[in-house]
Amino acid sequence: MSSSPPPLAVEGIGKRFSGVTALDDVSLEFRSGEVLALMGENGAGKSTLLRVLSGDQGPDDGRLLLDGAEVTFDTPRAAMAAGVRVIYQEPEIIPHVSVAENVFVGELPAKARVFNRRTLLKATQDALAEYGFEGVLNPATLGVALSAAQRQIVEILRVLTAATPPRVIAFDEPTSSLSEHEVEALFRLIGRLRDSGVAVVYVSHRMKEIFQLADRVAVLRDGKLVGVQQVAETDEPGLVRMMIGRDLSALERRTTQDTGDVVLKLDDVTTDDVTGISLQVRAGEVVCLAGLVGAGRSELARAIVGDLPIRSGTVELDGNRLRAHNPGDAVKAGIGFAPEERKTDALLMQRSVRDNISISVLDRLRRFRVVKRAKERALVEEYVRELRVRTPSMEQEVRKLSGGNQQKAVLARWLARRPKLLILDEPTRGVDVGAKAEIYRIVDGLAAEGIALLVISSDLPEVLTLADRILVMRAGRLAGEISRDDATEEAVLTLAIPETEPAVEEQQEIGA
Amino acid sequence: MSTPTQEKAAQEPGAPQQPSVVRRVLTGIGVQNSSLIITLIALVVLLSVLNDNFLRTNNLLLIGSAITIMGLLALVQTLVIILGALDISVGSMAGLASVVSAMVFTSSGNAEVGILAAVGVGILCGLVNGMIIIFGRVNPVVATLAMLATYKGIAQVISDGKSQGYTGGDDLFIFLAKGAILGLPSLVWVFLIVAAALHFLLKYTDIGRNVYAIGGNDTAARLAGININRYIIGVYALVGVVAAIAGILITARTGSGQPVSGSEGLELQAVTGAALGGTMLKGGRGSIISTVLAVIILGVLDNGMSGLGINPFWQNVAHGALLVIAVVLQQLRSGERRVGLPE
Repeated sequence: MSSSPPPLAVEGIGKRFSGVTALDDVSLEFRSGEVLALMGENGAGKSTLLRVLSGDQGPDDGRLLLDGAEVTFDTPRAAMAAGVRVIYQEPEIIPHVSVAENVFVGELPAKARVFNRRTLLKATQDALAEYGFEGVLNPATLGVALSAAQRQIVEILRVLTAATPPRVIAFDEPTSSLSEHEVEALFRLIGRLRDSGVAVVYVSHRMKEIFQLADRVAVLRDGKLVGVQQVAETDEPGLVRMMIGRDLSALERRTTQDTGDVVLKLDDVTTDDVTGISLQVRAGEVVCLAGLVGAGRSELARAIVGDLPIRSGTVELDGNRLRAHNPGDAVKAGIGFAPEERKTDALLMQRSVRDNISISVLDRLRRFRVVKRAKERALVEEYVRELRVRTPSMEQEVRKLSGGNQQKAVLARWLARRPKLLILDEPTRGVDVGAKAEIYRIVDGLAAEGIALLVISSDLPEVLTLADRILVMRAGRLAGEISRDDATEEAVLTLAIPETEPAVEEQQEIGA
Repeated sequence: MSTPTQEKAAQEPGAPQQPSVVRRVLTGIGVQNSSLIITLIALVVLLSVLNDNFLRTNNLLLIGSAITIMGLLALVQTLVIILGALDISVGSMAGLASVVSAMVFTSSGNAEVGILAAVGVGILCGLVNGMIIIFGRVNPVVATLAMLATYKGIAQVISDGKSQGYTGGDDLFIFLAKGAILGLPSLVWVFLIVAAALHFLLKYTDIGRNVYAIGGNDTAARLAGININRYIIGVYALVGVVAAIAGILITARTGSGQPVSGSEGLELQAVTGAALGGTMLKGGRGSIISTVLAVIILGVLDNGMSGLGINPFWQNVAHGALLVIAVVLQQLRSGERRVGLPE
């Protein structure tokens, strides 16, 4: 075993984008029957390395070795033919065809080019059952109706059912959109893949997962490979040190602030997705909404800001009834909302940091509808500095920033508006450790300033770090409240997952 | 917001730009405009070598007058495209406005009333377009395609398909068609004023910034608090106004209201002008200055070809070829991968 070459290896890989070095002399082996974790801050080069492996981008230097022999992957198809697959965080899903067709796209089972729908649905159902995702997905559902988690699962099934059995599979932060249940299913699947001799590459920011899953861990920093270690021989602080090149003071639990008056009050709010929600958030208080993906948390947030209709019940802001017919009304009333899907729902990717930050306050920066540019620049400058948004200039296009800095730009947009209530949906999803700590500090500081915060998070350690109170949602309803002192991961999960029903049925309900 | 902060803000971005003046000028103009300007200069040099009459003042003013009507429509088309939509009913709206201006003038005997009526009809048509798109949930291309036929039909019905009225005796219409201020024809003034107003709107007001935001990512714009429905309807109404101005100028130039003949096909020329100026059809990118340059290039090309006695049918071929070459060059520069349908 040890004498035979690894199924895939890279040697001295380098990659530059218009002068910026994304990868620099990276050499790494991907061994059969092993889970290799790939870690590093955003912008460290993980994604670029995956793109090189998948044939999406050719390296500028170095070579790829397949079973010890040099290969070049000119296209993703060439990599697929060699059994090298990468599962990206945001897979391409064809919106108006079924899950089944999405899974078998390009390889539809057909006789004489006429494909048989029933065979296809059956094949998909079998694949779902075989790989442990039964009940999470209905093969006939259209792509457009899938959640982020379900899209990810479709992509995983595409790989597993491919004509060429995969030999190397890379997962790019697969769990960032998955609920705990789905994560368990995924981990079981990864375990099976490893046992069957597949080389698994696993990119994640979550330390816990690395120690639970990986055999070896490789850390990238600024495009360079800073170390490869057996997981058993390292620990969390050690890895963080390698990733950021310094010690990170542990994320301290924030100090509880004195809370003020009730800012947000929901009374028996029912929408198409949630039922009978009553809750309060006080000034200076951080309330976390926990729950499984699909529990209706994001939908509730969208209803509060007027983006989804409220069927019955009332929303009060500062004691006044709020009737927001669109997010503009909510913004005017003093609510800021940073949605979960940063890139698609919050940012103008092609526009500058300045444009992205000032968009929410242009109505305050104008005279006779002319934007006062000097004032705008000063304001943007202030928040770029305050939130430490790392950008060469405020005219930099936002898509060129790392995930953490993009999120900080979204936060800056709302801080500039000085809202009474800020709703953050998964504020640190896909954000590296360093930026995460900064975002926690920002949230903490906002609460100290007396802003009411409603934070939706699926990251349990995050919920425990940030929350003064935790509200847990389950299947569109509030399942319970946990005070900060009683908060443990177990307590939250117990409320989030129904005990009486088997887990599979619950997931079916979510998936439907 | 103290003085030192502002000074700092002003100094920091300025400092790294100082080394090269040429570079700063080029960055200011932008790659898109630079290539349009180079194309225009090359075209002008070529034509003035081939034809002695080309550079005469009269000929240049003729170009200016000739591009105004199509140019106005290209300007507003740029605005709609930046918003992420399209309006292909602009030619029909201009035709309808032309007929209305002449007919109301004839019945009222007052040019101002005729012009106001035409603008009113333009606003109405634009509002209808916007409402169909927003409340009927109809794709902008399909909605304005339907309205292209509808408005053209209405113009034909009320005019019985014939040119209407005679405005050639009215001072105001004569001024619009043949007058001049400071040596520049009124038509060119109208074009320049509308271009300047739209440029100002897009570049310096919050309205313009929000138009770019909506075109760039409408979900993000909505969640940031922009009332995007209001913007879409407003932009379509503005398109109606400018199309009506174009229609009034058609009436002035031809001396009567033209239901179809003065305006047919203008919608596609307007899209050509906007696209040649580098306006991205998916929205969020484009500029009025680029479109002005593109419109001038098209006008110079047409004028130059007819000055050389080339069969006018070749003008269409030249427009098409120019557009394809321009967009292909743009795309090659963007480095997009050659897979599937382009963005």
